[in-house]
Amino acid sequence: MQRQVALIKQSLFDQGYLDEQFMELEELQDDVNPNFVEEVSALYFKDSARLINNIDQALERGSFDFNRLDSYMHQFKGSSTSIGASKVKTECTMFREYCRAGNAEGCLRTFQQLKKEHATLRKKLEHYFQLARQAGPKETARRPK
Amino acid sequence: MINPGQGRGPDSVNSDPFPTTGLRVLVVDDDPTCLMILERMLRTCLYRVTKCNRAEIALSLLRKNKNGFDIVISDVHMPDMDGFKLLEHVGLEMDLPVIMMSADDSKSVVLKGVTHGAVDYLIKPVRIEALKNIWQHVVRKKRNEWNVSEQSGSIEEIGGDRQQQREDADNNSSSVNEGNWKSSRKRKEEEVDELEGDKEDASSLKKPRVVWSVELHQQFVAAVNHLGVDKAVPKKILEMMNVPGLTRENVASHLQKYRIYLRRLGGVSQHQGNMNNSFMTGQDPNFGPLSQLNGFDLQALAVAGQLPAQSLAQLQAAGLSLPSLAKPGMSVSPLVDQRSIFSFENPKIRFGDGHGQMMNSGNKPMNLLHGVPTGMEPKQFAGNHMRVQQPITGVRAVPNVQSSGMLMPVADQLPRGGPSMLPSLGQQPTLSSSIVSRRSDLTDSVAVRNSIPETSSSRVLPATHSVFNNFPSELPRNSFPLASAPGISIPTSVSYQEEVSSSDATAATGNLSYNIFNDFPQQQQHHHNNNKLNDWDLRNIGLVFNSHQDTAAAAASASFSTSEAYSSSSTQRKRRQIDVTAINHMQNHHHQPPPSRSVNHMNQVYMDGGSVRVKSERMAETVTCPPSTTLFHEQYNQDDLMSALLKQEGIPSVDNEFDFDGYSIDNIPV
Repeated sequence: MQRQVALIKQSLFDQGYLDEQFMELEELQDDVNPNFVEEVSALYFKDSARLINNIDQALERGSFDFNRLDSYMHQFKGSSTSIGASKVKTECTMFREYCRAGNAEGCLRTFQQLKKEHATLRKKLEHYFQLARQAGPKETARRPK
Repeated sequence: MINPGQGRGPDSVNSDPFPTTGLRVLVVDDDPTCLMILERMLRTCLYRVTKCNRAEIALSLLRKNKNGFDIVISDVHMPDMDGFKLLEHVGLEMDLPVIMMSADDSKSVVLKGVTHGAVDYLIKPVRIEALKNIWQHVVRKKRNEWNVSEQSGSIEEIGGDRQQQREDADNNSSSVNEGNWKSSRKRKEEEVDELEGDKEDASSLKKPRVVWSVELHQQFVAAVNHLGVDKAVPKKILEMMNVPGLTRENVASHLQKYRIYLRRLGGVSQHQGNMNNSFMTGQDPNFGPLSQLNGFDLQALAVAGQLPAQSLAQLQAAGLSLPSLAKPGMSVSPLVDQRSIFSFENPKIRFGDGHGQMMNSGNKPMNLLHGVPTGMEPKQFAGNHMRVQQPITGVRAVPNVQSSGMLMPVADQLPRGGPSMLPSLGQQPTLSSSIVSRRSDLTDSVAVRNSIPETSSSRVLPATHSVFNNFPSELPRNSFPLASAPGISIPTSVSYQEEVSSSDATAATGNLSYNIFNDFPQQQQHHHNNNKLNDWDLRNIGLVFNSHQDTAAAAASASFSTSEAYSSSSTQRKRRQIDVTAINHMQNHHHQPPPSRSVNHMNQVYMDGGSVRVKSERMAETVTCPPSTTLFHEQYNQDDLMSALLKQEGIPSVDNEFDFDGYSIDNIPV
């Protein structure tokens, strides 16, 4: 079980969904905050859903306020970066570049891609956390400190 | 400090001799995810964390609990108030170290953070290694408070819009910080301390920030006055001030600077007692308002951003009598030609000043002048300005004419100054007049000023005289270099003489002269006498106003940060004075009803006006100077600047008013 969790995590890294920042977060977990990463991730997905919604609305309006989009995306990027959501972050960066270039179509395309990556990550992380939770207790039981 | 004892802390932190745990950290970020992570990280570092998702809330937290935090970490991009604004406020009000962070790693933003006074700039994702060592900023700050300089404060004050210029100027420091950050990022935990410490020391030394806010300075001055300048001891002052967080070292260094400032003011003037009193109490109309104005000017300049930060600094430095003296000729020549051009820029400053003065005047003699300013219509001035287009020529021409008529009397009374001045003036009909001649004028003018007090017995004159005395003394060192620029100096002397002469002619006593300025009915009569003068002023004003409509904005922004304004230099004073004069003249011309004032006020006003005018002319010099100042750039090192700024700190208690007034400036239509 533990190995399975480790493998899943490794694959998330290998496929570029996550980067070392995620490891940092895991290191922040301790006895007092055993589920810190999961909590942060939940918060991230909740907040990013809101941001995505905002951007969606802004894009639907048709008139491209690139400054506004850029600032939304800046925050999106900030939080994605903070949890190590590597692929999402890449899309964010690209989106912002399109914003600066005033490329509406690029923004739209990138945003679709971003949402896809975001959803994928969410699914994968949920799966991972679920497994980790199941495996977690075993781990501590096996290796008492 | 208390170690909360929660979580696990790295050994390196725990073993440190400094109390690195239990640091009270305020984290501000609108991104809940980041906030949560940061909080977790900081707690892991054994810091005590308060988190906050809005800058405004953070600010109110900080205000409510001024000693409740040791350091602030703030995101840059936030709605309603961004991190830089917060940074400014924190720097200004509580003088806490602020670390900026952002996912934006563009150099310009990092630079902006650094130039605004951030002690560090972290790029998201923030790593725990970076947070582990933030305590060093707190320690460093505490240790550096002795060496405090307000420079960083002034930088921070400068409006956010114009950082670009400063960024360029400050490249070095920012790059240092950035490098530091990168390097720290790569390193593993334990290695970080030493190396990073060194690097950051270098960068942070450039911008230590003990901010002597206006209020704080007022308290300080009040305490010093109470104890007596000579008997005031840091410890007692500290006790009297009773300001939490302020250390004896802070007070000691401030006192030292204050004393230097006083010495500088009083050293040359014959009426030292007078000067000191005015300075200390701020009751002396001449002094109080002026000093306030100075502060204002500086900020206005800074805010305006027209002058790069360095040039500002140089200006100040120059004003303060720095080494630059040696090169007056060099700097001057460029100035002369460009003068007309520069005059436009300067106007902003003046304008701002004028407003500031108006604002200040509320309580002080300055009132008369100030009330009017708002009334002034940019358009009218513009019209005037247009005609005169070349302010310099106009001014000079005027001096010549007037000098023959008006000045003569004075000259007669003053054997040394008078004669020499007139000839020199006569020789400068055109702009092209040689630098040398100008210099001679300057010197002459100085001589005249000195001599005047002696000859004239009028009450008013003495007062102005004292002001003057200060000036001459400063001139050799400070204003001279700048002034040298100056065709301006010439006008100054002339105008001053004119004023004197006019006063003499109309009335032997200073009171009469006062009438001229204050009394509107009489003003008209005097108008004729002073016509040329007035015209001159008007023209100047027009220039100022017209050229810079931005000024208002600049002034506003300037006023915003004004608390630290006292850094203003003598040069600035001159500017203010000029402004004041301009305002006075304007009032005269417009015949606007003076706000209700007491006779005393009027006298004071007059005095101010006199001194102001004199200085104001000089201001012209100063005004032009900014551009020239750049020439001196390299001559001043930051230390000098800082010291200069510090010296300037000795401002009468009036400052507060000034500050607030400055705020109101924003409202002024331009």
